[in-house]
Amino acid sequence: MRLSPPQTTVQPMKLAIASGKGGTGKTTLAVALAQACLSPVHLLDCDVEEPNSHLFLTPHFSKKQPVTVAVPQIDETLCSHCGQCADFCQFNAIVALPKQTMIFSELCHSCGGCIRICPTNALTETDKPVGTIERGQCDHITLVKGTLDVGQAMSPPVIRAVKKQHDPKYLTIIDCPPGTSCPMITAVRDADFVLLVTEPTPFGLHDLTLAVETLRQLKLPFGVILNRCDIGDQGVVNYCHQESITIMLQIPDARQVAVAYSRGKGLLDALPDLKPQLQRLLNTISQSQQGGQI
Amino acid sequence: MKIAFTTTGDTLDAELDPRFGRANRFLIYDSDQKNLVIIDNNQNLNAAQGAGIQAATTLCKTGATVLITGHCGPKAFKVLTAAGVKIYPCKAKTLTEALAQFNNHELSETREATNEGHWI
Repeated sequence: MRLSPPQTTVQPMKLAIASGKGGTGKTTLAVALAQACLSPVHLLDCDVEEPNSHLFLTPHFSKKQPVTVAVPQIDETLCSHCGQCADFCQFNAIVALPKQTMIFSELCHSCGGCIRICPTNALTETDKPVGTIERGQCDHITLVKGTLDVGQAMSPPVIRAVKKQHDPKYLTIIDCPPGTSCPMITAVRDADFVLLVTEPTPFGLHDLTLAVETLRQLKLPFGVILNRCDIGDQGVVNYCHQESITIMLQIPDARQVAVAYSRGKGLLDALPDLKPQLQRLLNTISQSQQGGQI
Repeated sequence: MKIAFTTTGDTLDAELDPRFGRANRFLIYDSDQKNLVIIDNNQNLNAAQGAGIQAATTLCKTGATVLITGHCGPKAFKVLTAAGVKIYPCKAKTLTEALAQFNNHELSETREATNEGHWI
């Protein structure tokens, strides 16, 4: 007897897909989870330096909305060159020379401190564009894509703008940037659950441990997805066992996945049998949110 | 005239540090008085960002009008230029060699940053 696919009554929650190591299959999994979902779902592409979820979904995007950050601008006629702003700035974004005050807005973290501290009100806030967000629909999936402008070094403001589009009425899947630094932390922060996608290689294991340490610091519940599970070695499996981390799904290394990918097709186009497994995965996580065990 | 060098040592025999922002220290040589002072640049060694800017600010306060170093990035260049410091990129091994090259007019002032900025 063949099991009927589970009815997905997934509770609205924020599910972040992160990894540590790049290229392990975050977007592949995020898109496949969204496609497997039976009810409307929101997919937030927070990999704003290289957003690519849309390549597999091809939605029609709305008009681009600019994302700006607040940076100081100076009125030199009011500046007394006291240098208090430069002393205050923890990011070396302001230089006070005896006759000139220079602002390097690309280093500014928008704390606003310099503007408050300026005794002559020579500094005011101005909006600097750093990226864009777009919104599109593809069947039951609402996709929000953030794109950092070329030449900008700091992606968190754009990631935060994408995450502001979160609607608590829907299951929200967050496709996170790789690594474990500010962009990844900004993307996973406030998630109800994080799936760490890794591969069973020494490199995959190394970056997985960094991601695990990061999520433990952030006190976020998480599980591991082992992609291309039949390559490499036993390192990741042994590590997860030692650390009592649940491997929630194993995805085989299949040539047809790569072939599909190269044609802009997703995981479920190549391996449709995975769909009920992904639905069960969503159910398990959903139930864990209501006190169930992983 | 005060001439600033980036260095890891504290005499003119010391090596020229090719880095500007994250140079260990500056040696400021006064060519009129024939004496020198050492200015520490340690606060920048571990700065996450803006080391060049901070080093340039430190250097501007020394009164040096000439900087001899290996490389100078775009933000440091902007600050130093605004403060009227002339930058002479130099490949010499020691400060003595670099000073000799400068005195013999073998070095030329750069009109732009010698390399791109670094990002974290």
